[in-house]
Amino acid sequence: MTKSHTLSFTPDLVEQLYTHCKEGFPSEVVGILAGDRTVNQVQKIQPLVNERADTNNRYQVNGLIVYKASKAIEANGYDVLGYYHSHPNHPSHYSEYDREHALPNLSYAIVSVMNGEIATLQSWRLSEDRSRMIEEIIHVH
Amino acid sequence: MATIEIPTPLRPYADGQSVVQVEGTTVSAALDSLIETYPVLAKHLKDKKGNLRSFVNIYLGDEDIRSLEGMETEVESDDALVIIPSIAGGV
Repeated sequence: MTKSHTLSFTPDLVEQLYTHCKEGFPSEVVGILAGDRTVNQVQKIQPLVNERADTNNRYQVNGLIVYKASKAIEANGYDVLGYYHSHPNHPSHYSEYDREHALPNLSYAIVSVMNGEIATLQSWRLSEDRSRMIEEIIHVH
Repeated sequence: MATIEIPTPLRPYADGQSVVQVEGTTVSAALDSLIETYPVLAKHLKDKKGNLRSFVNIYLGDEDIRSLEGMETEVESDDALVIIPSIAGGV
């Protein structure tokens, strides 16, 4: 599989991301990846409230909440690069449900949390024809 | 003419515009007008049956059109529609 895009984090932001995912276990957690779109560099992690936290296998956030959070992020000089969510006791590969609910030109980072511990981090982008998600390279530096 | 605000990730398929002027007196007609001008948007906004995707919401002011008359909600010439995707996923 070709990995044509990259998504960059600083070590501190990866730690913030992992902390949120571990704290939410065994529920899924979700949030916004904000930063500089020109280089796809994450500069801020914005947790959101998962409206489906009653389940261990779904996340959902009302569009108006995402819209307002995104406007606030942009007002602070960041771009919305995409979203992250956790997969409790499940690999960090995207699911068909993830693909069906994705939009192109965004990063969808997924953190696998196995038995409460961080296992893997992968990030995906929807193909233009919506048929699959393409893994992007994650840089931590 | 009414306008529709396009979500950031879909703007590349609308010549980079954030707001597009559309024709039509219902939300359905306004959306068709948008898609006629920018056909690539169709697959991201509608499913294979032609229905609005479940995670794609359209707001007229502060109201989700699903709480009004849905796609048949009337649109005035000075109305501003906003396409607001919710986010969802999981295992």
